Amino acid sequence: MVHGKPSGRLGRRRVLKLGAALGAAGTVQVTSPFIVKALGEQPIKFGFIDPLTGSLSLLAVSEVQGARYAIEEINSKGGILGRQAELLVEDSANDVGTGVEKIRKLIDKDQVNVTYGDVNSAIAYAVSQVATQKGILHIVPGGHTDPITGKDCAWNVFRVCNTTAMDANAISSLLMKKFGKRWYFLTPDYAYGHTLQAAFIKNLTAAGGTYEAELLPIAASDFSASLIKARAFKPDVLLNNMGGLAQIDCMKQYVQFGLDKEMALGGALYECEEVVAVPTAAQAGWWVMEWWWDQPGVPHVKAFADAIVAKYKKPCSARHWFGYVGIQSARLAMEQTKSLKAIDLAHALAGMELPPEVALQPGKVYYRAGDHELMPNVFTGEVHPPAASDPYNFFKVAELVPADRADPLASTGCHMTFPS
Amino acid sequence: MLQLVLFNLFNGLIIGAFYVLLALGLSMILNLSNVINFAHGNFLALGGYFAYVLIPYIGFWPALIVSPLLTAVLGLIIERTMIRRIYGRDPIYSLLLTFGLAFMIQDACRYIWGVNGLPLTTPASISQPLSQEFFFLTGYRLFVVGIVIIAVAGLFAFLRYSRMGMRIRAGVLDLDTVSALGINVRLLRSLNFAGGIFLAGLAGVLAGGQIGLNPNMGDSLLLPSFIAIIIGGMGSLVGTLLGGLLIGVAAAITTMFYASASDTIIYVIMALVLLVRPRGLLGEEGML
Amino acid sequence: MSVTAAGAVDTARSADRRWLVLAAIWLVLIAAPLWMPLIGGYTSLGTRILVLGLAATALNFLIGFTGVVSFGHAAYFGLGVYGAGLVLRYLAPSTPLAIVAGILLGGVIGTIVGALIARQRGIYFAMVTIAFEQIFYYIGYKWDAVTGGFDGLRGFQRQPIHLGAFVLDIQKNDLAFYYFVLFIFALVVGLMGFLLRSPFGRTLLAIRENERRARFLGISVNRHIWLAFSISSFLIAAAGALYALLNDFADPSSLYFDLSGDLVIMAVLGGIRNFWGPLLGAAVFEVLQDYISSQTVNWLFFIGLVFVIVVMFFPRGLLGFFHRRRQT
Repeated sequence: MVHGKPSGRLGRRRVLKLGAALGAAGTVQVTSPFIVKALGEQPIKFGFIDPLTGSLSLLAVSEVQGARYAIEEINSKGGILGRQAELLVEDSANDVGTGVEKIRKLIDKDQVNVTYGDVNSAIAYAVSQVATQKGILHIVPGGHTDPITGKDCAWNVFRVCNTTAMDANAISSLLMKKFGKRWYFLTPDYAYGHTLQAAFIKNLTAAGGTYEAELLPIAASDFSASLIKARAFKPDVLLNNMGGLAQIDCMKQYVQFGLDKEMALGGALYECEEVVAVPTAAQAGWWVMEWWWDQPGVPHVKAFADAIVAKYKKPCSARHWFGYVGIQSARLAMEQTKSLKAIDLAHALAGMELPPEVALQPGKVYYRAGDHELMPNVFTGEVHPPAASDPYNFFKVAELVPADRADPLASTGCHMTFPS
Repeated sequence: MLQLVLFNLFNGLIIGAFYVLLALGLSMILNLSNVINFAHGNFLALGGYFAYVLIPYIGFWPALIVSPLLTAVLGLIIERTMIRRIYGRDPIYSLLLTFGLAFMIQDACRYIWGVNGLPLTTPASISQPLSQEFFFLTGYRLFVVGIVIIAVAGLFAFLRYSRMGMRIRAGVLDLDTVSALGINVRLLRSLNFAGGIFLAGLAGVLAGGQIGLNPNMGDSLLLPSFIAIIIGGMGSLVGTLLGGLLIGVAAAITTMFYASASDTIIYVIMALVLLVRPRGLLGEEGML
Repeated sequence: MSVTAAGAVDTARSADRRWLVLAAIWLVLIAAPLWMPLIGGYTSLGTRILVLGLAATALNFLIGFTGVVSFGHAAYFGLGVYGAGLVLRYLAPSTPLAIVAGILLGGVIGTIVGALIARQRGIYFAMVTIAFEQIFYYIGYKWDAVTGGFDGLRGFQRQPIHLGAFVLDIQKNDLAFYYFVLFIFALVVGLMGFLLRSPFGRTLLAIRENERRARFLGISVNRHIWLAFSISSFLIAAAGALYALLNDFADPSSLYFDLSGDLVIMAVLGGIRNFWGPLLGAAVFEVLQDYISSQTVNWLFFIGLVFVIVVMFFPRGLLGFFHRRRQT
């Protein structure tokens, strides 16, 4: 993927061939309902939209890899309801109009059964609306803006990644305990940043802390002026809430200015794809991982992480897990209801608890029925430079915070209604 | 407060120096060939990636010269095979061509080096802040400013005192007459183009050392560089110099007071300058 | 046979041919939902091509027929998007009202900006249009409470059209929406064609061909450029309003420089000297992106390659090529 092997058609063709071969061999099972049997040779289609080009591509690529791995795993175990699973990937090019066009293509032309996307929250927001209008089950693997499962929640839309409140609430007290209550925020100036920062500030001021905050353009690349301002404030912690390349650029300049000796780092997301791209001095601070691969003793996790590393030669990240969980959740709902109808699947997913081989973490992980937000654990802990022997091990988990504790349903603003 | 303003003033000049380097190359090509090079930011990225490949073999300092040279050679080849064919046509076609080239180079970088950012190792001797107080004056940033000053001085001296430079300046004013005087205009344009690309490649190595490499790294620098040219006034390299420094300082000062507008402020400045002085600060005649 | 008679026959022939070409173009557009699936297309892609093609055509009123390049026309397109979206979201569930509001918002602001910049020329003109565009982008992005900011404005839907007893359900029926867009497209393009054939349009061509001569003839060049800018803003805002209906969504990327660049590219790709060039350019651009990006993540490379090939072998854009061949 990263090196641009043709992703769509070739893979699709191979899967089709495989499906045909399996069908010919007479392995199609016979116990499923009529509708499924009649379409037995046609694969079940998963349509995935993500910004494979543009500034978010490093995150999008991992999500698609996770989804692709899930599809392969499903097919190696005989498919879903006796049918093969097929993944159709479309590039939203980080543009809303293109994303909307691509989801229409997936639904109208390719007739997919479930849709997914997008890392870019604006696109996630727009395409989930299209899916609602078309009555298709839509899962948002990694678009963080809150209203998707908050005030604009919908019966057919589910989300894997966390809300801003979940992340901020899980890490706030740790940051105060470790470093102190004087914070400086560098926050991207849009809904995600605003809600994230507001959640942090609520916790901080409740504990009697002080702060100064700076809202920056989303794609800022020069942070020298902001860092000059931050240093003048002399904070205990610098909360770097930027995302993607902007966060990486900011970290690099933080190190170049020698600020690592003057203030700690911390905040909500500091994703694997970003940590590996910064200098060692910036591999520091206390952060949230929305999923982490090193969980000794937890069943199935190591096998999954090793498989991803072996296949894609990069650390297994939360984004891989998002893609994987998204696909597997839909499979579980299909197998449970023996149906492909969106309304049946949505009813099944609402409140569904993920089995350990999909949850890949301890405790109860489930889709909260009230807002269709997945309730995993929030992994809080410390980022550190990896040892030479284990280059992907750069995070030490301190605590697993159950998400429903971090963000109770009452505060989401969602009123879920199903069509009758 | 005053200290903060002064810090940001200096910091803005450093940022601006960077725009200047990119804008001068763009400006050279625009002035003599009337080509708006939208692939300039991608040549910048190429320069950075070439250095990334070369540094393990030849070290940073040689790579600082060799990578831009390689980029310039590539630019020369592209000029000879493609850009040349649109001279004399409506400049809007240069847009289509250089947009296409920009897409191709960007995607080639993605294909070869991946979407994830790559670090460019700089010598430890210039990687530290110089003093505790002026922490933002890192050795590397001062080094960048030094290189820009050398490059700008070299370019101006070249244009003023060398025979070739004088021909280029004459060509900017009146290409037909220069051609009629028996000077090989095609060669002049080729070398001028390669020179502009050399500056882009140099900027790429310097930017790579600061923020690392990624296929889109030139995108956010390209438009501000154009704006530097326009604010300064086309045809005037001194204007470009001024324009680049001005927008750097403006962005830095804006960050102090209202950071989320730091991207937009340069457009506001451009609109204001052009409403008052339609040809920019030092510009003469509009082209295209 | 006298020379003039031969000329008259030629003119008659070329008029015949023009009607033939025109009929063919409309036939292709009307039948698009039938033949598009055969080449791997689908109805909503056709609608998108019409909308972006209309935008590129409207922009070409300025580039191709007046001779000034705006690099910031996504501003008026995007204002059209927001005008329509805001009306549907906050004011009234009426598609016609949304379109009118979009056209007015984009057109009126385009007219004001045009008045400020009409004395600029060449690359200065192009750059100052970018400057204004970025300012509108900033407003759209920053004014969270009204526009939804970066995440965009959602929660509105295009509404069925009521024509007396008959209801055209453009909301649920994609095919009906395609023909609705085609109808608006025809109105706007027809208006533009009419303007270009009027004395005003001829004056614009005169300015494009030789501004100094036009000035000597007593034409107030700046005012004409201003008017052309204004008209082109109204026209492109119509495309923007349709874009809002197409996506049921408005977001700041429709105001962004990248889209302006794409629209200019579409126009140049198809041929700026030909009325239908920008539509063809939009179709080629969109179909290529739609098709190649499903095949490979490196689609950008191939699109770039197509641009380069067009510049090298079709010196005046795709339709310019045919135009020239017909002449020789």
